[in-house]
Amino acid sequence: MGRELIDAIVAMDDKKALQITQDLLDQGVAPNKILTDCQTAMEEVGSKFEKCEYFLPELIMSGEILKQITEIIKPELDSTTGNGKKKGKIVFGTVFGDIHDIGKDIVIFMLESNNFEVVDLGVDVPIEKFVESIKTEAPDILGMSGFLTKTFDAMKDTISGISEAGLRNNVKIMIGGGTVTEDIVDYAGADAFGETAMDAVTLAKAWMGGNKNE
Amino acid sequence: MNEKYEQKRKRIDDTIALKKPDHVPIFLPQSYLPARTEGITLKEAHYDVDAWVRANKNFVLKYDPDMYFFIEAPINGAGQVHDILGTLAMKWPGGTLPDDVPFQFVEGEYMLQGEYDHFLDDPSDFLLRVFTPRVFKNLEGFSKLPPLKNLALGCYGTPVYGMAMAAPEVVESIERLMEMSKHALNFTVKSGQLYAELAAEGHICAANAPVLHPFDIISDMLRGMRGTMLDMFQVPDKLISAMEKLYPLSLGGAIGAAQATGNNQIFIPLHRGADGFMSPKQFEQFYWPYLKKLIEDLVNANLVPMPFFEGTYEQRIDYLQDLPAGKCIGWFDRSDLNLLKEKLGDIMCVAAGMPASLLQTGTVESVRKQTKEAVNTFEGKGFIMTSSTVIDEAKPELLQAWIDATREFSSQ
Repeated sequence: MGRELIDAIVAMDDKKALQITQDLLDQGVAPNKILTDCQTAMEEVGSKFEKCEYFLPELIMSGEILKQITEIIKPELDSTTGNGKKKGKIVFGTVFGDIHDIGKDIVIFMLESNNFEVVDLGVDVPIEKFVESIKTEAPDILGMSGFLTKTFDAMKDTISGISEAGLRNNVKIMIGGGTVTEDIVDYAGADAFGETAMDAVTLAKAWMGGNKNE
Repeated sequence: MNEKYEQKRKRIDDTIALKKPDHVPIFLPQSYLPARTEGITLKEAHYDVDAWVRANKNFVLKYDPDMYFFIEAPINGAGQVHDILGTLAMKWPGGTLPDDVPFQFVEGEYMLQGEYDHFLDDPSDFLLRVFTPRVFKNLEGFSKLPPLKNLALGCYGTPVYGMAMAAPEVVESIERLMEMSKHALNFTVKSGQLYAELAAEGHICAANAPVLHPFDIISDMLRGMRGTMLDMFQVPDKLISAMEKLYPLSLGGAIGAAQATGNNQIFIPLHRGADGFMSPKQFEQFYWPYLKKLIEDLVNANLVPMPFFEGTYEQRIDYLQDLPAGKCIGWFDRSDLNLLKEKLGDIMCVAAGMPASLLQTGTVESVRKQTKEAVNTFEGKGFIMTSSTVIDEAKPELLQAWIDATREFSSQ
């Protein structure tokens, strides 16, 4: 039955996935087991996205199915959910002056489906909020997104703010989005640029494999 | 028209027809840049039409490109218009954003999935009474109007309308519209004067009005990206029916704008059809048929479509080979130049070549190198030099180096 649920999610069949979830609950299957199947399904969706078999609509649709399943099983859920050890912690946000979120959300989806813990600061994030989050969340990596050409300076200013707070060596910084190119890495003082969501995953994996302060 | 104008026109027309011009035309999509070079804030660009017109005029006269961009592009209606309407689906400098931050759209699910039936049954009724009050908070009164179908009652229906129009909220909304119209008209009159003045001095505006693909209208304006992408799985037939309803609006709007402005080049900014936004199969079902039809219908109406392929279109490029040859300008953002030349060299004139980021952060040397490579890739034929997207920020010396280098390398 677990495989059936996974297949229904991966096939984007929302009605079937919800029906199976209800059936599983009626049969007394533990909600945590259902969530684990959902996690497997999301990993398969992410993997198809990496292989260019799936695109943005499938990410959004599977996210919607997951949300609906979670709503059904929430009342039954105990507090022992756990998805194993995370590969690393990443704080992510769209820099100040910019309210675009599509690129950021895709990257976060892919990082989460690759078992990274992501703290989403949202859009139009002020410098102080990035600085504060490095102190409170102690992330390994900071991701900054921006769509407008104006964000090159926002990225630069944000990284300067982090340096002034003496925190630059605490995190690796990746940037990307809309008009951002490789040139902006040096301009803004970041560590790396990613063109696609998978670039972000590759970078994060590479960084977590080595010493983050190197 | 004057000689300078005719020279540029011939250069562009030859390029569109895939013939070799005297040199590669340069299209400068200036967007907010004149505010920077002329020292006005973005708030002033939105609120002071005289200052904005003056800044654009000085900019175009100074840099003298073969084509410049319409000055409404970053403004989308004067700031006063949006203050009066209480616009919610956009934020703008000096209004709902700080004075020097570029405008941005606030995408939302302004039409719910369950409302497709209302939209399909009577789009105008839905748009006026339901959608408009959601995106303009000061037009809430229109939600109090009776269904527009009551107009079928003719003189019998007047009591119904008489009652509704007397409601204070409706009166308020109508007054707002009338007040707004003065500012909208002022902007249009002054921008129209600018286009005429610049034409008299030999300058060509690349396009005067944007026309959206029906999928993008629904995705950008009505359902939001998330909404339309769920619709692709959950209610695909309704999504397609809604596009069918909207298609005549896109086409008719383009033809009407061309007639009103006398500019036969039609700018079509494309959003959700780019690589990565949907699969090739979804592109074939939801996007390509309407894009192809829009371009073909515009060509048949003797207009020159100028689709802006934002993002990359490398996975879609084979589809573009089906378009009529030598009839449109394809403006490309990040697609590979060699691939564009190889696949589209005999199909459409390609406008591309300069990453907007390089004009902001590069050097004279890097800009010249990039320009030379782009010009050489196309061998000076069927190619318009432009930036990857509209230019909000750039170093003036890099801008000048880019323009000079384009003429230098393509005249050799």
